[in-house]
Amino acid sequence: MKMPPFDYACPTTLLEAVALLASRDDAKALAGGQSLVPMLAFRLAQPALLVDLRKLAELRKITISADGVRLGAMVRWRDILDDDRLTTAQPLLKAAVAEVAHYQIRNRGTVGGSLAHADPAAEMPGIAVTCEAEIHVRGKSGSRMIKAGEFFVGPLMTALAADEIIVEVRLPAWPAGRRWGFQEFARRRGDFALAAAAVFYDEEDGGKICNAHAGAIGVADRPLRLHAVENILNGRRLDDDTMAKADAAACAAVNPDGDIHASAAYRRALVGTMVERALKAAHSRQIV
Amino acid sequence: MRTVNSLIGSPIERREDLRFLRGRGEYVDDLLREGLLYAAVLRSSVAHGRIRSLDVSAARALAGVHTVVTAAEVRSGSPENRIPRVPMRLQPLPEFEPVGQPVIAETKVRYVGEALAVVLASSAAIAEDALGLIEVDIEPLPAVAGRRASAKGEAFLFEERASNLAMKFHAVRGDTAIAFKDAPYVRRERFRTQRHMALPMEPRGLLARWDAAEGKLTVCGGAKVLFFNRRTLARHLGLPESAIELIENDVGGGFGARGEFYPEDFLIPFAARHAGRPVKWTEDRREHLMTVNHAREAECEVEIACTRDGAILGLRGHAHVDVGAYMRTNGAVGARNIAQFMSGPYRIENIDIDVSLWLTNKTPVGTYRGPGRFETDFFRERLLDMVARDLAIDRVELRRRNLVPQRDMPYPIATITPFESKDELDSGNYQVTLDRCLREIKWQEKARLSGKAIGGRYHGLAVGCFIEGGAAGPKETARIVLEPDGSFSVYVGSSAIGQGLETAFAQIAADALEVPLDRIRGVLHGSTAYVSDGYGAYHSRSVVMGGSAILAAADNLRAVIRAQAAERLGCAPGEVGIVEGEKAVAPNGRSVALGALSGAGISAEGAFLNKKHTYTYGAHAAHVAVDPKLGHVDLIDYVVVEDCGRIINPLTVHGQAIGSVVQGLGGAVMEHLQYDEDGQLLTGSLADYLIPTASDFPSIRAVVLEEHPSPINPLGAKGAGEGGIIAAGGVMANAIADALRDLAVEPRELPLTPSRIWELVQAGRSNAQSGQG
Amino acid sequence: MSIRFEVNGKKVEVDVEPRMTLADCLRHVLRLTGTHVGCEHGVCGACTIIVDGAAVRSCLMLAVQAEGSQILTVEGLCDGEDLSPLQQSFRKHHALQCGFCTPGMLITAHALLSEEPDCDAARVREVLSGNLCRCTGYISIVEAVLDARVAYRDNAGRVAGKA
Repeated sequence: MKMPPFDYACPTTLLEAVALLASRDDAKALAGGQSLVPMLAFRLAQPALLVDLRKLAELRKITISADGVRLGAMVRWRDILDDDRLTTAQPLLKAAVAEVAHYQIRNRGTVGGSLAHADPAAEMPGIAVTCEAEIHVRGKSGSRMIKAGEFFVGPLMTALAADEIIVEVRLPAWPAGRRWGFQEFARRRGDFALAAAAVFYDEEDGGKICNAHAGAIGVADRPLRLHAVENILNGRRLDDDTMAKADAAACAAVNPDGDIHASAAYRRALVGTMVERALKAAHSRQIV
Repeated sequence: MRTVNSLIGSPIERREDLRFLRGRGEYVDDLLREGLLYAAVLRSSVAHGRIRSLDVSAARALAGVHTVVTAAEVRSGSPENRIPRVPMRLQPLPEFEPVGQPVIAETKVRYVGEALAVVLASSAAIAEDALGLIEVDIEPLPAVAGRRASAKGEAFLFEERASNLAMKFHAVRGDTAIAFKDAPYVRRERFRTQRHMALPMEPRGLLARWDAAEGKLTVCGGAKVLFFNRRTLARHLGLPESAIELIENDVGGGFGARGEFYPEDFLIPFAARHAGRPVKWTEDRREHLMTVNHAREAECEVEIACTRDGAILGLRGHAHVDVGAYMRTNGAVGARNIAQFMSGPYRIENIDIDVSLWLTNKTPVGTYRGPGRFETDFFRERLLDMVARDLAIDRVELRRRNLVPQRDMPYPIATITPFESKDELDSGNYQVTLDRCLREIKWQEKARLSGKAIGGRYHGLAVGCFIEGGAAGPKETARIVLEPDGSFSVYVGSSAIGQGLETAFAQIAADALEVPLDRIRGVLHGSTAYVSDGYGAYHSRSVVMGGSAILAAADNLRAVIRAQAAERLGCAPGEVGIVEGEKAVAPNGRSVALGALSGAGISAEGAFLNKKHTYTYGAHAAHVAVDPKLGHVDLIDYVVVEDCGRIINPLTVHGQAIGSVVQGLGGAVMEHLQYDEDGQLLTGSLADYLIPTASDFPSIRAVVLEEHPSPINPLGAKGAGEGGIIAAGGVMANAIADALRDLAVEPRELPLTPSRIWELVQAGRSNAQSGQG
Repeated sequence: MSIRFEVNGKKVEVDVEPRMTLADCLRHVLRLTGTHVGCEHGVCGACTIIVDGAAVRSCLMLAVQAEGSQILTVEGLCDGEDLSPLQQSFRKHHALQCGFCTPGMLITAHALLSEEPDCDAARVREVLSGNLCRCTGYISIVEAVLDARVAYRDNAGRVAGKA
């Protein structure tokens, strides 16, 4: 499975990178390579030019402030797991990233690469959608911001133009005391999720849920916000009855396909179980 | 029986480890030659079709491409102006002749992956580029997608045959008609096992070099059965065997699949001779999944008859095996074994099982560790647990009542026709391994957990018994050389595929020669240059056959040493004593160092002939916890106990047992080669074909015993290496069934993936609700 | 393209096509054939090497991306004829049979133990779950890695690029 031939460029600035991407019809950005290189090996992609982003140091930063978390596009999973600040600043992100693939992949795979690749069963797109992240991109006509909810348009398809590079993703501020859960089930450790759920909520006085966010991974052609689940949660306390209803609502809200790994009916039921167990974890978690 | 010295039976650390750990192993893709060309194979993307045209002109014109070989070149370059076929090595029945695989497709393609052309280029990348430039026009034909379509006969793979049935075997013992008539209890069931495969970590590879001046062909990358492969290649290339040398390098696993004669084993040497340049071919993983022998796709409908006490009166039924598009070298073995070994270690006096081999538009099948035995063990052990429940007999007790007792051995099992094969269970006490297994898993203590839900997970236990056939004959050869420095080199026809032969055979040789282990300079294996007539590694035969051949060679060498020493020392050969493997001593006290006897070294060959199989036997037990919502099976504990007659190296035989079990567990719950209705292989990468990883089965224990040596070879050894896989499917399925028994779950099909287990739970629930059972 | 990097402490310079993987460059250009290729699509882990202190799949890196890096392969795990403590532990525990996955296992274990010499069995299994083995069933590999921890406890810290 040798790759087809391509030209290679390794720019040192973002502007140069954008110009290179814009210069050819079939140029592609190369970040960690953990998703793109296998596609080249299978000859599913045959770009004429690869633009390697590895020298763009400004894309490697993790910035944490009162406004939230900013992850540069070239931040690796490993960098996220090593950053202790994120344990409090974005624990949901950290929990999801711990499930990404394997040790070796996490040493090279990047945030931007995962978002641009847009695998429906990948964790990062699911977290971005659930947390209402903003994805900042740069193209030849300038910079723009795309909301995560509008960024993923189909399986392996995004709203990025051919000349656009993801610069960073911004996750909103995470208040202390927020409850969250992340549950994923895969065939084996590190495989793509058969289904996963990310949930978080805040608690009002009296222990009632507000600001609930729930997202599903792996059960559609893109990550989904489960508004039906959120509507059930908001205004209620989290008890067994609420969780059972949330489970049912999640199942009813999705319409997954079957494939060689799992039937449609199984996936549908599984997402409900993932939501229920994520809520259970959220409820019983010790808040840092 | 020989007396044991400290070497046989010792957990000697392996010699081969030294180079593997340093990254200095030499696998075929590590080799380089001057002037090397790299080969890539164009493969059909259509499962069934007529080849209208093949245009390689654009490929030939690509810079860096040296040659393109098509069926036309193969035909005109062959001694009989025809496309050679892959021969049947085992069970070469005349019925299989017309459905043998041509080494390259000429008029038809019959499976996705079938070879259409071979490109030779200055790099593997360019060769692969060239594949994309070959224009192939195939008129698609309806794909025979599975065994039912095959039987329906709406489309034929071989039109002139007007049937897709390759063969039918029949296993018979006693009289089932009588046994079933008036039987107090009968249960009939259908079961199914899925297509999966051996998947060694090293993909295949070959490096062929034709020396035109010498008229010699050298091919590296061989494994398993190099002598048979050399004979085959010689015949197809019109060369004498002596002109061909097949070399076994380091081999990254075999498990039955690597080393058989595949189309590439002809195409690559042919291409090397045709191009006049050395050629290297390395398969990639996508190719591997669609070209290396598949295995295990079988279903059966069986009936068992018993007394009310659970004594088995008879077993009868029909099995069907999906053998893929062609009969390759050993494609019939699995099917035949399903019929012959369905009785396993149990005393079943009346048996009538037929097994049909159906051709389909899929990759051809071959043997994979414990061929047919994994499948048939699953069928039988599931049936036994069902019977136990019906008759309200304890599952362990049911097995005890039916295991072949020691006093009945040798115990004849069902006779298979055609290719008549009569087999007997040779020796052993099957109750002992069962007892030990139950003790190890703490069956008594854990029995109360059966079917219990704890923390949302249902616990289940199961035990199963198995036999593993080994020591396939007819022969193996070894040669030992006493080197001038007094060390010994051992050459053997057996093949190494990771099972630690170099160490085990050194132990056997050192023991036989009565020398310290470090006097064995090396064990050289597999390659055709090493012995006059070798057979190889399959059917768990290496220790029995190769080891026994080494004993024979050692005896012969000692005789030659005595004869030569006698001349030197002026006495009769029978008077010569060999002391500590270092010197030969005459009665008058004169002595000579062994190494000094001949400047060129002294060599002797030995052979071991064998017609009977040995039977390693044992039991497996599993403790699982099943999450019914996820369908996930957590394997809490797994134990395998086996008696292999004589243990040469406890480290390696234990390692084989564990590795074998994990492969079996993969087959039980996750591995599956899946095709669609058009014969397209859907599992085309390791992201889709899933094998166990380090985190899947953390608790597996193996106990290897040697309480009942085999009576049929001087080592007393039986085979080892396949027992771990054989019982895993049945035991896992029974443990899952035990766990979910209150949910009316009865698994009848493998693999038991999370999705399938969940579906079974749903079906059980709705059956219960509607009042069905 | 001409690129320069360091392998097992030695500076090298190679001229390769952009499409050549780092795995193929190590194996066929530098003739360090200890790193093995089992799948070429980033799943099996046989090709694992250490680049700038991190264990990575060399079949998923382009050789040209190694410019300026420090690389450690299995050949660099021991000096001369003596096996490293990790290698000795593998031998003692019979943690290899055919040897094909072994270099990847050793490198991954070396990276893990260099960073986490106190890792437990669950962590070892989790980290090694990205390295496929078909022969051993993993039990002996995990035991070998755990047994080797003691040798790494004196040298906690980041993995160096050199042997």
